[in-house]
Amino acid sequence: MQELINRLKELIADGTVVRAIGWKKGDMPYNPEPAYFEKPEDFDNFVYDGFCGANLSKMMIEAAKLEGKTAVCLKPCDTYSFNQLIREHRVNRENAYIIGVGCRGKLDIEKARKAGIKGIKSISGVDIEGDGDVTFDTVYGQKKMAYTDLMLDRCHVCKGKDHVIFDEVIGESKDTGDADRFEEVIKIEKMTPEERFAFFKSELSKCIRCNACRNVCPACSCRKCVFDGVKFDSQQKANVDSFEEKMFHIIRAFHVAGRCTDCGECSRVCPEGIPLHLFNRKFIKDIDDFYGEFQAGKDPEAQSPLTDFTFDDLEPKDAVGRGE
Amino acid sequence: MSMNEEKKEFRPLIVAFCCNWCSYAGADLAGSSRLSYPADVKIIRVPCSGRVNPMFILRAFERGADGVIICGCHPGDCHYSTGNYYARRRMALLFSMLEYMGIENGRTRVEWCSAAEGAKFSKTMNEFCEKVKSLGENVRLGDIRCKN
Amino acid sequence: MQKIGVFVCHCGTNIAATVDVKKVVELVRYEPGVVYADDYMYMCSEAGQEKIIEAIKEYGLTGLVICSCSPRMHEKTFRACAEKAGLNPYMVEVANIREQCSWIHKDKEEATKKAVILARAAIAKVNLNTPLKEGESPVTKRALVIGGGIAGIQTALDIADAGYEVDIVEKEPSIGGRMSQFDKTFPTLDCASCILTPKMVEVNQHPNITLYTYSEVEKVSGYVGNFDVDIRKKARSVDFDKCTGCGECSTKCPLGKIGNIPSEFDRGLRNRPAIYMPFAQAVPAVPVIDRENCTYFKTGKCGVCAKICPSKAVDYEQQDEIVTVKYGAIVVATGFDIINLDKFGEYAYNESPDVITSIELERLMNAAGPTGGHLERMSDHKQPKDIVFIQCVGSRCDSEEKGKPYCSKVCCMYTAKHAMLIKDHWPDTNITVFYIDVRTPGKNFDEFYRRAVEQYHVNYIKGQVGKVKPQPDGSLLVQAADLLDGKQINMKADMVVLAAAIEPNPGVRKIATMLTASIDNNNFLTEAHAKLRPVESPTAGIFLSGMAQGPKDIPETVSQAGAAAVKVIGLLAKDHLKTNPCTAQCDTLLCNGCSTCANVCPYGAITYEDVQVNDHGLRETRRVAQVNVALCQGCGACTSACPSGAMDLQGFSNRQITTEVDAICR
Repeated sequence: MQELINRLKELIADGTVVRAIGWKKGDMPYNPEPAYFEKPEDFDNFVYDGFCGANLSKMMIEAAKLEGKTAVCLKPCDTYSFNQLIREHRVNRENAYIIGVGCRGKLDIEKARKAGIKGIKSISGVDIEGDGDVTFDTVYGQKKMAYTDLMLDRCHVCKGKDHVIFDEVIGESKDTGDADRFEEVIKIEKMTPEERFAFFKSELSKCIRCNACRNVCPACSCRKCVFDGVKFDSQQKANVDSFEEKMFHIIRAFHVAGRCTDCGECSRVCPEGIPLHLFNRKFIKDIDDFYGEFQAGKDPEAQSPLTDFTFDDLEPKDAVGRGE
Repeated sequence: MSMNEEKKEFRPLIVAFCCNWCSYAGADLAGSSRLSYPADVKIIRVPCSGRVNPMFILRAFERGADGVIICGCHPGDCHYSTGNYYARRRMALLFSMLEYMGIENGRTRVEWCSAAEGAKFSKTMNEFCEKVKSLGENVRLGDIRCKN
Repeated sequence: MQKIGVFVCHCGTNIAATVDVKKVVELVRYEPGVVYADDYMYMCSEAGQEKIIEAIKEYGLTGLVICSCSPRMHEKTFRACAEKAGLNPYMVEVANIREQCSWIHKDKEEATKKAVILARAAIAKVNLNTPLKEGESPVTKRALVIGGGIAGIQTALDIADAGYEVDIVEKEPSIGGRMSQFDKTFPTLDCASCILTPKMVEVNQHPNITLYTYSEVEKVSGYVGNFDVDIRKKARSVDFDKCTGCGECSTKCPLGKIGNIPSEFDRGLRNRPAIYMPFAQAVPAVPVIDRENCTYFKTGKCGVCAKICPSKAVDYEQQDEIVTVKYGAIVVATGFDIINLDKFGEYAYNESPDVITSIELERLMNAAGPTGGHLERMSDHKQPKDIVFIQCVGSRCDSEEKGKPYCSKVCCMYTAKHAMLIKDHWPDTNITVFYIDVRTPGKNFDEFYRRAVEQYHVNYIKGQVGKVKPQPDGSLLVQAADLLDGKQINMKADMVVLAAAIEPNPGVRKIATMLTASIDNNNFLTEAHAKLRPVESPTAGIFLSGMAQGPKDIPETVSQAGAAAVKVIGLLAKDHLKTNPCTAQCDTLLCNGCSTCANVCPYGAITYEDVQVNDHGLRETRRVAQVNVALCQGCGACTSACPSGAMDLQGFSNRQITTEVDAICR
């Protein structure tokens, strides 16, 4: 982390960049938040550890409009999102200095809570360089957890340790993938329609339409969302009935289909813990099945599957009822 | 609820989006050939199947439609050359998603129907109505406030 | 708020018999925006239209809903009617209560209910209609004909004779196409080149025609009346202006004797030099160097042609040249070829040189052909005594992978022609034709076929050939089934001629894509309407001529070529075209500039520009989509691709369609 801070300070000092985007300490040891850094003293609060899960690429939409270059810290998976933004002309590559930061998987505090760890005072072993267990110092004494047991689900289906776009890389990365990316989707597909409906009904009924999923998603970056605009008479706010949530989440996933890099931020930020990535991942799985494997953001030149076609594409009637 | 109403046969509400060049003309041909299909089907004319935004489909379900069918020119015959190819992908993904969410997959359909296929249009609508009828009222996607 | 008038038509009893018209009027009268509702016997009649005009004036109507027949029938009529009364024509919507209601439903109550719902949807839509204005675009008075066969030649001549300039692009070094390879034509048996060559010369000399031979269409942009076409003029390596066409170069090219370069024109039945004219009557009479085979281009040595050319016309340095030309209309006359016979191993085409295709037979019988018109076997140069013709090789084929589902249309006639011509010259030849059906619907066609059977005693056998086996003695054993007698036939033949299926020129797919013209599963170009607009492509400004549209013989091709020319002339005669006002429009403030819409636009109508915006006080420069309304055809593909709803389609806007959905589902 110190190497990263030093390098960012250096880049600002020598005028390569005007500012940097990274993470600053939160009020708790497990909730750092994205922040801008300009002056040397700003870096006193800089942090980069296992809890820095936030994908900072979306912040570059606005940052790239500012005067001068901005350095941005991107983990390997974040670089896919950045590439996708370049493809969609949402960020100006010229105004970005990409520091590929190392990653050995990001952590989910909920996992600790589920393991009964409460009253956390401090946490150690979450440094980016380390490779041991995580130790929690709590009001009830010391608790330990294996790093991988504490990892976000999304990190178990890691896209790999390589940054697909960067100016320089600082730190080592690890491919933490040890699960099948589509396992959850397949599990749902195997349910009966009634079970599937009940599952999504119960999940989506939790939605409070806080729009956190929308705001954090690097693909969901419209200046104004259709659900805020008047173009479809579809302005919606808090949930009044169950359908609005269905419509919102289907359309949201549909609008990012073929563009979603599966960064998993939507599920990470959902305050209700709705597994929103299950929508996106279903589209990804279908796209792979129907039109050949496609990873959004891997190649900024590649045509998105939804703005492409072949003469003998799958017919919609064959897209459904496949499990029957 | 009176006994009378209880006995009433379920009549589905079906919204059909038809492209102006092939399917709408196919529907006209079905009409001029007097090839009947249930009055439950209401057609909305769009320039191209590629114009059909998934928002329209969900909106129809929200407002109480029991089935939605999209009709376009056969692949390769699109008046705008490629619109139906994009529609085909969009609808394949959307329908698969609805199925994934537990919505009965018989409620949605895409059919390619040329201006010369009046008989096919009528047959398709008859089949689709039967199918939706067998599925009953759309409760999973509807918005209860929109129901009378 | 709109002031809407609703007019419900009885259409005699067509509507009124099943729909309670009066009830519809009563029920829609209180819909939002409706200030007037009435019915009439025939809304489209003079009196009906008068009624509409009066109501517009009296009630100050701002929108009309006509509940009548299909908008495809009378939308134009009612729009014109509105315009007469000073109302914008695009403030009219038609509720189709005939084709899609009264004609298909029997129950009056049910049909009336549906008619009301359809009317409500139209009323809801009109509430959101806005006046639209048609644009005008100028017409470039020049036509392009792609393909220089008989179809292209005839179309070009007809357009040129009407006084318009026309260019022909032909990918081969000479115009003439397939017809120039033929020997005689049915059913009159006149010589193909005798009737074609004068037309070729006429094309070359016509002041209104420019020829681009050995050239290909590279890129097409624009739209009806205003196409921009890039034409690649491939390097001929011979200076057009200096060459006199004396042919000395071809005679002296060392590869003529030792090169083994098969002549495309003679279907590989003889060789040609590396510098060559495809055939003696080629137009233009300027040779071309085949750079792939030429020794000079391969090794840098030789240069014989340059040395002996009396007018110093050979130019090895010549480069491909791309010219961009503007056209108002484009005719596709790319013609046909025969299918590849690799999948028909049973006929031994690739095994024996004595199994030939009909088009090869044309060359063998042609006086200017490889054998000087003397029919002989390619293996031993002996005259064949027993000849078997096999029909439908790949035509009317069940297996899509192997052949074509359609009838190639001309094979029955040309086979009868071949049989008769052979019998005429060499009466003691035995000719057997294996056929599925003999199809002769055409003027003097059946008479022609009957002459082959009755007068020339050609042996027609209804049956399919299972196998052709080359024998050690050089003959061919034909194994077939006689379907009428139910017998197996084993027959010895000296020569077997295959009527290979016709397919569109393989290059047509690429051209159709460039033109955004649709093609069917068999790669034939699709007509705008199979019956009523058979020579137009659904894409405006693109016309179809000849075999590119479907199998046809020479007289049919020539008549279609003329018809296509008339359509082109009709277009070029106009100074301006009205453009469709139902085009896409981008809301600059909502646009993300992501280019998704541009990726799906089939017309290249969307470009991106950096513009200054004022978004509720926030001033910034944004990359936003711009629609070229002259290019936009109003398909709306962009609107469904756009995630933010910035792209919308005038006349079929998101809100209009949504409100229709709502009205129907109410």
